[in-house]
Amino acid sequence: MAASDAIAAAAPAPAARAQATAFLATRHRLRPWEALPWLLAIAAFFIFPDRMLFGSQVLVMVLFALSLDLILGFAGIVSLGHAAFFGLGAYTAALITLRLNWQEPISGLFAAAAVAAVAGAASGWLLLRYRGLTLLVLTLATTIMLQEVGNLMRDFTGGYDGLPGLTYTPLLGLFDYDLFGHTYYLYALAVLFVLFLVVRTIVHSPFGQTLAGIRENVARMHAVGSPVHLRLVTVYTISAAIAGVAGALFTQTNTYVTLGVFDFDNSAGVMVMLILGGAGRLYGAFVGAVIYMVLQDNLSKASPQYWQFAVGLMLVLTVLFARRGLLGLLQDAGRLLTSGRKP
Amino acid sequence: MQDIVISILFEGLAYAMILFIVSVGLSITMGLMGFVNLAHGAFAMGGGYLVLTAMNSWGVPFFPALLLTFLVVGAVSVVFERLFYARLYKATELEQVLLTIGLAYMAIATYTYFYGPRPQSIHVPEYLTGQLAVASRTFPTYRVFVIAVGAALIAVLWYGFERTNIGARIRAAVDNRRMAQSIGINVDRLFTLTFAVGSGLAALGGGLAIELFGLTPSFAVIYLVFFLLVVAVGGLGSLKGTLVAAILLGVADTGGKYLYAGAGGFIIYAVAMLILLIRPAGLYGRE
Repeated sequence: MAASDAIAAAAPAPAARAQATAFLATRHRLRPWEALPWLLAIAAFFIFPDRMLFGSQVLVMVLFALSLDLILGFAGIVSLGHAAFFGLGAYTAALITLRLNWQEPISGLFAAAAVAAVAGAASGWLLLRYRGLTLLVLTLATTIMLQEVGNLMRDFTGGYDGLPGLTYTPLLGLFDYDLFGHTYYLYALAVLFVLFLVVRTIVHSPFGQTLAGIRENVARMHAVGSPVHLRLVTVYTISAAIAGVAGALFTQTNTYVTLGVFDFDNSAGVMVMLILGGAGRLYGAFVGAVIYMVLQDNLSKASPQYWQFAVGLMLVLTVLFARRGLLGLLQDAGRLLTSGRKP
Repeated sequence: MQDIVISILFEGLAYAMILFIVSVGLSITMGLMGFVNLAHGAFAMGGGYLVLTAMNSWGVPFFPALLLTFLVVGAVSVVFERLFYARLYKATELEQVLLTIGLAYMAIATYTYFYGPRPQSIHVPEYLTGQLAVASRTFPTYRVFVIAVGAALIAVLWYGFERTNIGARIRAAVDNRRMAQSIGINVDRLFTLTFAVGSGLAALGGGLAIELFGLTPSFAVIYLVFFLLVVAVGGLGSLKGTLVAAILLGVADTGGKYLYAGAGGFIIYAVAMLILLIRPAGLYGRE
């Protein structure tokens, strides 16, 4: 608990110390508004019953953005290749179904998580000692290399044509899949909920505090004796596993996968979602992914160029005017209202 | 066998010159300010389209079109630098990455809107097409031309970098920005200047590349990966490093495509990653 000690030690007055202790003791507690996203997700199920396939895609992207939040928002690792783990998960789910005839979906998620975690641990151990441009280039190159490997082994992976027509056994042996994706939606929502609780627990744990310490000041974390590299590799592995699950869900709800999942646009897209919503605040992934996906759905219909231009514009505006994302803006607005006239 | 080796070296060198011309500005500006500029490929792409429009629509000959694209894109880049980049010098790397990806996406969308997504081509002058006979072998004339332009630019850049006052100031600022500022070097001004020259060179490289690779709006992102590899492998802010890395990666990529047709795309990444794992600051970079 190095971080909390540091905060407590930095607060001289007893009142400030009590305030800091109270903050640390209560900040992990669930607040009433935290039910809101889940209530909205369930409401969406009843309001848009014919858009549930799209809804499942949104939930998949929320999960993917959440996994990125763990490394980018909380540990401060800037990667341009997070799609690598999403893609590995997506292909694991597809390949065990097609090549091994394993059609049970939930165990498919576990397999995807395992493969992505192994890749995350290996690449994290190798790459996370670097930073800056070197890390950006290495993560980017890893993802492109995976795509090239997939293309090279196209007899096995289907290459850029992809692997269509995947089928799965009914969920838990009970619920079959309907054309409108109702089962998929509830399935994705359940998986998202479980993994969200995992991520939420992690970021509020002492381990999560260490990550924040590394993000804010690596030199100091080294100085207090924190095993920085090990901590980073650990969170990278967890994040990779969750991204792998997101990829597997993507495959299962689409019943289709192509090498496009490894595209730079996928890595960049998930980053845009997270930044748009607000990184390092858990719910940013929800807000960002929903807005991104809904905009994409509407603008792409008009023209792909409009959509691409809009993504670029959103990025530029977010960086210039809302560095803490939409949730950050909301928070500022809320503070402005509660504190009265403060500018 | 000997034939293949010569072909690989020759084509690899031509490719390397394009990589060098486009990447050198990126390397110097990153070395100066540590600014991660993922929109650099967009300047190369924009430069390519300016050459295309100048030649196909306005009837400007090839060489004036290249000069025009260098000047215009260099000048336009200053506007971008002042409007967007200057606000983020002190920002985090993540914010720089996001801003410049955003700019690149907007550029790609804009150019796709006006020029369409399909590859476009130009007609280079007659005397640059065909084959050039050298000692019982023939070489594609255009590639010889690209290598010659590259060599000339290397000479000019080397002179400017190593022998002029401005070059000395740039080197000083790359070495130690604070110290350079404290002895009165205006690093911001220097950055704007190198940014303009670097973007102009990127545009020139984009123009030269049309005949070799064709031109599509996605050039801005697809080739960006190679430019970043060159800069990272060479080491930030190093002219020599950028040149060595460009030649190494250009030849490795060409060799890979010649010798292992299927796995060709793979090799440039493998080589680059191997070098970076051993020397994270690049071949001539400093930690």
